[in-house]
Amino acid sequence: MTMQQDERFSPSRRRFLQGAGAAGVGLVIGFHWTLGVPRVFAAETGKAGQWAPNAFVRIAPDNTVTVISKHIEFGQGTYTGLATILADELDADWRQVRVESAPANAAVYGNALLGGIQGTGGSTAIANSWQQLRHAGATARAMLAAAAAKRWGVPVNEVQVSVGVVSHPGKGKRATFGDLAEAAAGQPVPDKVSLKDPSQFSLIGTRVGRVDAREKSTGEARFTLDVYLPDMLTAVMLRPPLFGAAVKSFDDSAARKVKGVVDVVQTPRGIAVLGEGFWPAKQGRDALKVEWDESKAEKRGSEELYEQYSKLTRQVGLEAETRGDPEKALAGAARVIDVEYRFPYLAHAPMEPLDAAIRPNDDGYEIWAGSQIQTIDQGAAAKALGVKPEKIAIHTLFGGGSFGRRATPIGDVVFEVASILKAAGGKRPIKLVWTREDDVQGGRYRPLYVHRLRGGLDQGGKPLVWHQRIVGQPIMKELGNLRKNGVDPSSVEGAEDLPYAFDNFAVDLHNTDVGIPVLWWRSVGHTHTAFSTETFMDELAHAAGEDPVAFRRRLLKDHPRHLGVLERAAKESGWGDPLPKGRARGVAVHKSFGSYVAEVVEVSKDDRGLPKVHRVVCAVDCGVAVNPHNIEAQMQSGIGFGLGAALYDEIVLEGGRPQQSNFDTYLPTRLTDMPEVEVHVVRSSEAPTGVGEPGTPPIAPAVANAWFALTGERVRQLPFKRAG
Amino acid sequence: MSISIKVNGREHTVDVDPSTPLLWVLRDELKLTGTKYGCGIAQCGACTVHLDGKPTRTCVLPLQSVGGREVTTIEGLDSQEAEAVQRAWTELDVPQCGYCQSGQVMSAVGLLQKTPKPDDAAIDSAMNGNVCRCASYVRIRGAIHQAARMLEG
Repeated sequence: MTMQQDERFSPSRRRFLQGAGAAGVGLVIGFHWTLGVPRVFAAETGKAGQWAPNAFVRIAPDNTVTVISKHIEFGQGTYTGLATILADELDADWRQVRVESAPANAAVYGNALLGGIQGTGGSTAIANSWQQLRHAGATARAMLAAAAAKRWGVPVNEVQVSVGVVSHPGKGKRATFGDLAEAAAGQPVPDKVSLKDPSQFSLIGTRVGRVDAREKSTGEARFTLDVYLPDMLTAVMLRPPLFGAAVKSFDDSAARKVKGVVDVVQTPRGIAVLGEGFWPAKQGRDALKVEWDESKAEKRGSEELYEQYSKLTRQVGLEAETRGDPEKALAGAARVIDVEYRFPYLAHAPMEPLDAAIRPNDDGYEIWAGSQIQTIDQGAAAKALGVKPEKIAIHTLFGGGSFGRRATPIGDVVFEVASILKAAGGKRPIKLVWTREDDVQGGRYRPLYVHRLRGGLDQGGKPLVWHQRIVGQPIMKELGNLRKNGVDPSSVEGAEDLPYAFDNFAVDLHNTDVGIPVLWWRSVGHTHTAFSTETFMDELAHAAGEDPVAFRRRLLKDHPRHLGVLERAAKESGWGDPLPKGRARGVAVHKSFGSYVAEVVEVSKDDRGLPKVHRVVCAVDCGVAVNPHNIEAQMQSGIGFGLGAALYDEIVLEGGRPQQSNFDTYLPTRLTDMPEVEVHVVRSSEAPTGVGEPGTPPIAPAVANAWFALTGERVRQLPFKRAG
Repeated sequence: MSISIKVNGREHTVDVDPSTPLLWVLRDELKLTGTKYGCGIAQCGACTVHLDGKPTRTCVLPLQSVGGREVTTIEGLDSQEAEAVQRAWTELDVPQCGYCQSGQVMSAVGLLQKTPKPDDAAIDSAMNGNVCRCASYVRIRGAIHQAARMLEG
């Protein structure tokens, strides 16, 4: 292991650190992650700035415990959750714990659940860090205890560590972590450490407050938009109005006349106007005159795509899963239901518009961004600048939301800011800011999908067969992550693994080729498969003349965790109890990213003719509940995010052009849309799984099922606003 | 052209196009970064400040229209209501990504200064213009009620 100068502690970096104590002598614990088995090492930390680059925790003489987060915090509570795991095994006092973002270094901070690259996604942050951070905390604890034993001349097994204090009651000795940090750094790293039994957890499972709550309530939290470097310019970019169009020629004379505009440069992704601040840059951008070459652009509209996709649902697709003989079973069924579902393109529209800042330094470049996949962003900047990735240092700041948008296979935003810097001659630092319109019209949408579902029942209403066909753009194609037969697993997740017992079952898929850039959107394939499968289950239940909960229960007998959340949500919601006139209930249950969620909703019809959701009872099983208060927040968040999209949102393409542009046409969930949400966390001793996404999939189908119960009307095309 | 404005009790003179929205003067000129850009068309409330004590969207307010009015940003909050709101926000862990929360806090403080004990309908009307894409609304509502209780003593 080599010690390296760590750019995290350059003066510029320090300004953006969260509560970072002065770097001093102390103990650093980290891991080298090989084949999923953590190998622990420690490094003695020298003077300020001399830190091992692969540390997960730093204990300083000022008694602060700094947990290094390899995952971005963009709302999901990762900083708090990761720190909780480590601090628990360390037996730290929560009040001494700080969190700081890790630098870009996949060898050290890779995500084992994302193939080893450094990144956050798929609700994996807690799951892939669970054992890693427990070991890191337990190892630091063992070394602190060993240092104390040596200092006090007592056997190490007589040393106690509790709530940030190391003690030997017999000798009346006490020391803080800070007191022992330097001595602990000199202790040998234990080969093995024992981890706590869950019954010994002191922080995990309790209500630990968010580490970032205060600074995010006072305006002090720093986002990329808040990066102001000396002599920095702001860039606003004009991108092609059609996906696949390119600049033929442009006239920037009017743009250059705008007061405060400094330069106009052409890059592979568009024309950037650089100004002394956002407003001049945007005024300049709006004054550009560009002639576009639209010969290779995608010009199909949403309606055209729906019709083409609908035709494809009549043809056999790529096989994802087959059991039994579905066609034969359908032919022999007493009753067949055959329906089509339509799902629009969706934008993510995170609250902080996309942005990134860059500055050249003596050794390469520094980037500030809400970087969701640091390894890709590093590569994208390196490509744009023609340097090696290790010349790119990334400061990962708080992201103002993402919902998937900050993770693209091409590192689009970082690539853009690096390209602008290069085109501008690479001297002054640059911050690129997307406008909200750039964001909503800029693509990387949740793809448009059409599903066809066929189900058959026998004379007595017993379900015999389930056949699902999905048509849409393959998100994973760009990453080369298709199965051998071409199936994109992200298109069929939540469908091919349907938990309900059908002897005859099939899911197949058509990948389509459309020139619209697409992306994962909070819960990815589950955004559409949960809707079609759970509303179709409701149709089958009604066709069988059975209660939707009872019907599911019967077909879930081999899936105890699905059943567990379903029963819990049904019980807590008073499923079956009478409701006031004009209200109805609906249910949906769905597993995604290893977590199981059931939601029961109560709806009425509002004066716009849309569902008004009054109450959501949500039951979640995500293994060990690291932070129940955060799980509640994430369920509320996933429900609110999914509800607004289901009620209002679609990006409609006409002639290839997105028709929505901002929050006046792409409506966000608002306070008055938000139902009461009651979250019940099912007790579990399974390893923890994610909560950032799994709250989203069940809400839309639960509302659609309640809507059917209320009105007799089946909604099979989202959003409700158009269907209703 | 130089224009003077009063922000958080201090006079500032800036030399920008008078049509520049106050938001960008606060951010790019005065480096008061608590006030955020979210939509630019007064649809999301991330840019909310108090203008003579009244919650106002700054992304569509040209600098030249501010005149002598007193601008208070989240950095300049100094009232019992603000203290109660920020305490309740922290105790209930309201923020998630946190980007909209400056605007939410400014609207909530404005509400409590006018209506010390708001009911849900008053909260709806004061807060519906503030978008939170993380949908932290359940806790926003709860924190406003809690702040009101704190202020009651």
